[in-house]
Amino acid sequence: MRLRLAALLAAVAGVLTLLAPSAALAQATPSPTPPASAGAPAAVNPIVPGANITVTLLDLNGGKGDPKPVPGVGLTVLKDSKDGAEVGSQTTDTKGRVSIGIEGNGTYVVELDPKTLPDGVKLSGNGETVKTVEVKLASSNFVQFQIGAVVVQDASLGSKIVDGTRSGIIAGLLIALAALGLSLIFGTTGLTNFAHGELITFGAIATYIFNRGFGLPVVAAGVLAVIASAAFGYLQDRGLWRPLRRRGTGLIAMMIVSIGLALFLRSIFQYGFGGSTRTLSQYVVQGRQSYGPIDLSHKEIAIVLVSVITIVVTCLALMRTRLGKAMRAVSDNPALSASSGLRVDGVISAVWVLGTALTGLAGVLLAVQQQVNFQMGFNLLLLVFAGVTLGGLGTIWGALIGSLVIGLMVELGPVFGVPASIKEVGALVVLILILLVRPQGILGKAQRIG
Amino acid sequence: MDFGTVIDAALSAALGPQAIVFALAAIGLNVHFGYTGLLNFGQSGFMSIAAFGLAVTVVTWDLPFWLGIIVGMLGAVLLALVLGVPTLRLRADYLAIVTIATSEILRLIFGAVEFKDTFGGSNGLTGFARTYQDMNPYGGGVDLGIVSFSRNDLWSITVGWTLVALSCLLVFALMRSPWGRVLKSIREDEDAVRSLGKNVFAYKMQALVLGGVFGGLAGIFHILKQGSAVPTDFNTTFTFYAYAALLVGGAARVFGPVVGSMIFWFLIAGIGSFFSQATSGADPLLPDWLMTNTQASLIRFILLGLGLMLLMIFRPQGIFGDRREIAIDGR
Repeated sequence: MRLRLAALLAAVAGVLTLLAPSAALAQATPSPTPPASAGAPAAVNPIVPGANITVTLLDLNGGKGDPKPVPGVGLTVLKDSKDGAEVGSQTTDTKGRVSIGIEGNGTYVVELDPKTLPDGVKLSGNGETVKTVEVKLASSNFVQFQIGAVVVQDASLGSKIVDGTRSGIIAGLLIALAALGLSLIFGTTGLTNFAHGELITFGAIATYIFNRGFGLPVVAAGVLAVIASAAFGYLQDRGLWRPLRRRGTGLIAMMIVSIGLALFLRSIFQYGFGGSTRTLSQYVVQGRQSYGPIDLSHKEIAIVLVSVITIVVTCLALMRTRLGKAMRAVSDNPALSASSGLRVDGVISAVWVLGTALTGLAGVLLAVQQQVNFQMGFNLLLLVFAGVTLGGLGTIWGALIGSLVIGLMVELGPVFGVPASIKEVGALVVLILILLVRPQGILGKAQRIG
Repeated sequence: MDFGTVIDAALSAALGPQAIVFALAAIGLNVHFGYTGLLNFGQSGFMSIAAFGLAVTVVTWDLPFWLGIIVGMLGAVLLALVLGVPTLRLRADYLAIVTIATSEILRLIFGAVEFKDTFGGSNGLTGFARTYQDMNPYGGGVDLGIVSFSRNDLWSITVGWTLVALSCLLVFALMRSPWGRVLKSIREDEDAVRSLGKNVFAYKMQALVLGGVFGGLAGIFHILKQGSAVPTDFNTTFTFYAYAALLVGGAARVFGPVVGSMIFWFLIAGIGSFFSQATSGADPLLPDWLMTNTQASLIRFILLGLGLMLLMIFRPQGIFGDRREIAIDGR
């Protein structure tokens, strides 16, 4: 039996916002959903002005294809508790929406009448038809709660592994792009850059600005954001790191400077961008198509292709081209490179440009895959560190392999019993264990690093 | 603009419980980084394990308060041992990454929904501070004109600064002893110490445990002064702020972390209060298009980041330190 999933997308708009989860988990027979049988639903329920509870009932169809609204389902809003006074009752319209006005702040209960669900769709899980909603005075954001990811629990182990592998590979590739940037910069300058997460955020926010601010399509905005990241890296090296190297500042001092820079940049991002999470204008919600055993959306295919091609081209360039060889030479022994006639400072500049461009690209793709937030890069920073350390600090292919392992660890962990809310823990534990057993990483050269 | 309020806010923070938490944590970092040269970026992990050791013992297991204190401190010691074994033989930046990762692991586990029954989830635990509050001998608060404290704060300040003083005394005595001199020489040249027949690993481990115990003390004091243990309080940003406080005062000096924490909180609270006033009211000093009230609270963190960079570049020894004594050259 294939499982489908209906979820309630609920939002309270108006003066009072925010509301809570209302979930309908639907289990369906293989037959396609028949249209609503219970009478002709109202064409459109207008959103009540002022404080209201608006619920949209969508059939996510197990994540395949675009979500479809579910019309003709009766929903009732009650005050305080299930036995409280009825505030209003409505039947979902052709958009799957009901909108019921409320008086003000307080606790409300949304009750779904399971008898009015379309034929073949019934509530699964523990069959909860009642959800409690806390309405508080809050910002005027339109918050959506999408419930029903629980359906995964009903999926077979095989499909869970396939799903986890898919998200793991995508996460791993995004981490790998950033990790390659970090590894390049670390290799040539020895700097453990704690501001690297902010370079990811920079790419994402630049995409958002070019996309929403200047109205460019997402693809063009992404290209411009990568160029902007590269320029940002060049200026950062010229304005900050090169003068510090000239002064002979120690590596640990530079590490602490990078912490200061990270705090500085993150606060600036929050100042300009705000604390909220925002989306780009295109490719926000995409249904997935089946490709054999794996379901992928178009944007996921694009992300995988872009990152794989970028990583492979970068690695090949580092191994084959003149500049790439110069970068590796400086990374191996700066003094010897300088005495062999290499312009070490020029090479380091090039490394910064390449490294920040790669990291910015990770931010761009992350913005497309998820959403944009001022601390998205900071949240990823430790996983990037883990990927680099696991693969071997300063190695080229190590960053890729280490990051893929980390991405898979994070996304497959919940399948094998790691609590889902702390799935990053598994990857961080691996980071610590690998240092115990093989501190130079998977591909690192066995040398004294103590 | 009411400068009295700004001064009051700044002074209350500099003398109040929050500065004490930072002072204790920074004293621990001083033992790690200032004296031994260990780059511990997971001080919030030591704090959280001690804090939740106490909270879980008292609230979840319903055991006595003083046993909770012991459990908390043992937790910090245990964490130091577990962390030290794999990392103390490695390069400084490895220790940094592992400690920061460990503190995040602990924070995520303490805040996880799945362990809500034990650790209280993201809301944390409350109701363990009764014994501490019952010991409060004060009848009411105090108002000294430019600075005022409530009854609870007054008790926390008394306990806290006593702890800080005792910790400083201990650090002072230890660092004058032969043991302390070995630590400092490890910071300067590990291989030289090893060639003199000292067990460098054991000394580093002892320093890690000692600094971790101060961190644990900071964590326990933090949750006692506010009466609740919340996992998000112990994020990595806290460790970075504690480093900033230590570096302002001057590493490898007994009073460096204490004075640094007071200056840190004086500036953070003062600047916060100043910009909050400059953007509030009907006709704010700074127009709304330039800075809203929400943005005003961020200015201090922007300045903090900038300040930390400039401090490290131009005066890494802080106010009291000696430049030759700061372990800032990577090995």
